[in-house]
Amino acid sequence: MVETSRKLSTAPQATGPTERDLRLDLFRGLALWLIFLDHIPSNVVNWITIRNYGFSDAAEIFVFISGYTAAFVYGRAMRERGVVVASARILRRAWQVYVAHIFLFVVYLAEISYVAGSFDNPLYAEETNIFDFLRQPDITLVQALLLKFKPVNMDVLPLYVVLLLGFPLLLWLLLRQPTLGLVASAALYVLSSRFDWNLPAYPSGVWAFNPYAWQLLFVVGAWCGVTGAVRLDKFIRSRVVAGLAVAYLIFAFLIVMTWYLPAYGRFVPRWLAEFMYPIDKTNLDVLRLVHFLALAVLTIRFIPRDWAALKSPLLRPAILCGQHSLEVFCLGVFLAFAGHFVRVELSGGALLQILISLLGIAVMVVAAWLLSWYQVAEGRGPATRPKTANSDMAGGSI
Amino acid sequence: MKLHALTLACLAAFTGVANATEPDACLVNRDLIYSESPLPHVAAALQQKNLTISVVGSASSTLPGSSGAKMAYPAQLNSALARQLPDVPVKVISHARSKWSAAEMVGEFANILSQDKPSLIIWQTGTVDAMRGIDPAEFQNTLDSGVSMLHEKGVDVILMNMQFSPRTETMIAASAYADDLRWVAMQQDIPLFDRFAVMKQWSELGTFDLYSADKSSATAERVHDCLGRLLAEMIIDTAKRDQATPNDRPQPKDKS
Repeated sequence: MVETSRKLSTAPQATGPTERDLRLDLFRGLALWLIFLDHIPSNVVNWITIRNYGFSDAAEIFVFISGYTAAFVYGRAMRERGVVVASARILRRAWQVYVAHIFLFVVYLAEISYVAGSFDNPLYAEETNIFDFLRQPDITLVQALLLKFKPVNMDVLPLYVVLLLGFPLLLWLLLRQPTLGLVASAALYVLSSRFDWNLPAYPSGVWAFNPYAWQLLFVVGAWCGVTGAVRLDKFIRSRVVAGLAVAYLIFAFLIVMTWYLPAYGRFVPRWLAEFMYPIDKTNLDVLRLVHFLALAVLTIRFIPRDWAALKSPLLRPAILCGQHSLEVFCLGVFLAFAGHFVRVELSGGALLQILISLLGIAVMVVAAWLLSWYQVAEGRGPATRPKTANSDMAGGSI
Repeated sequence: MKLHALTLACLAAFTGVANATEPDACLVNRDLIYSESPLPHVAAALQQKNLTISVVGSASSTLPGSSGAKMAYPAQLNSALARQLPDVPVKVISHARSKWSAAEMVGEFANILSQDKPSLIIWQTGTVDAMRGIDPAEFQNTLDSGVSMLHEKGVDVILMNMQFSPRTETMIAASAYADDLRWVAMQQDIPLFDRFAVMKQWSELGTFDLYSADKSSATAERVHDCLGRLLAEMIIDTAKRDQATPNDRPQPKDKS
């Protein structure tokens, strides 16, 4: 996840590591699968996803890796081609993500309009009001274009658009004063939580992924991508840190278990519950952040960059997905919609859910493989030009 | 007490059955409708043999159509309580309004209290706030201050969360609001009637087909009948336990 083999260098002209770190692709690919599974509501297969065993979920993995790869790719561009060219590339990327989001929104509109046309169950007269926004497309569409109206599971791409818009300035700072960049980011996180900063949403409320809070994870990733995180090497290798990380993961696991077995909730001391709850995803609760960092520390410690299995065909599907994360993420959101829709239409049980989940992942892998094939056919394989495929990012909610 | 609850929960989890006195149609795991939180004012009302309950909720606390209110769970709760408490006059008054958010309901609490003089308010909320996208933190504050206010006025509260609605699950982001309801119930030490989990279990057990897009009102009425029965069971079990240990209620906590 984090580059550790390179010598520390904070000099502005330092060149980044040249070979692609397959661990990033692997974990981003796995996170994509988990996000797809989590986006299918009431899915039995959800039980395997990490959010059921700790505080953080696949969204954290995504934002962190995306920060890392964005800094890695655009950092090199900024050093080699200058601030203007690199900034232009970053902003073009932001535009691509925006367009992808609007495309997904149209798909969502199509689905919800279809459902609205046929749904007439007196038990759910109240829930049917969710279709009300279809009656005023003028407002709905404008609010969607402004990134204020964001249907369920479509919060992540808008977050990434905002993060990318601020990224040229951040990257410029990180390349000169990495520590200062990190401190500034942490300060913004603290201030936003202190003063309740967030962006407004439509019809009311705020963004489900608060950009002022989630930027911290993105910047931590970017900081690692720029510095190679070698200065963290000792820290990560320390037995004490590993012990603390394991202890925290076990603690989080036990707490999460009490959510599913409420009878055990009584063993959680009241002061602890009052300190912990609610664990706020919108503002990237510090418990979630620490949980992700603990996972990351252990992953880096136990999975070396040159781990042989990274080249094995078994992990190839996940790595492929991770190398085309924007496309595969969008496809995953669509497949989750479609899969849920099919399941509801067929009133299917657990078997159908498992089938839909497996089929969805298979479609994602095939799509990623086709994209890779096309890249090679176009003469820009991932090894020669990791630019576009590397820097993309997506993530999941819920 | 802890051990007792644990045993019950385990038993329910392993056997997957509920109370044998209910008709089979409403079966759910016993721990879904078990609460350790007290209902002291209901317990007192049972002793004084006069129980009034107000239901405050949105459109899912009623059913569409002219006879909807008569078949919805507040009325069914009334019948179920009357059956099980033959010597206590029971009155359940429903205040259900379409598109009613939690904050709007709190604004009506004073009126409802002075009109109904209830011992218990069943507060069904969450769906409307989720559909409007009201900030979950704001929703949580509303819940918390609403419950505190009711406690100060000497009224018990049961919170009720959203319905399990498979067709709109990808459209209404309800989980943050469900978490808030659970959190406030725990914080204020009041029962939460987990309607979502109950209905989901019915769906899994095949008790009701909740997937259909187009159903006659017969299914909806049976679902509400069962909701009313389970609510009655929860209220009676909780209050009866309180009668054994009165004055157990902690003081309402200050809002942070």
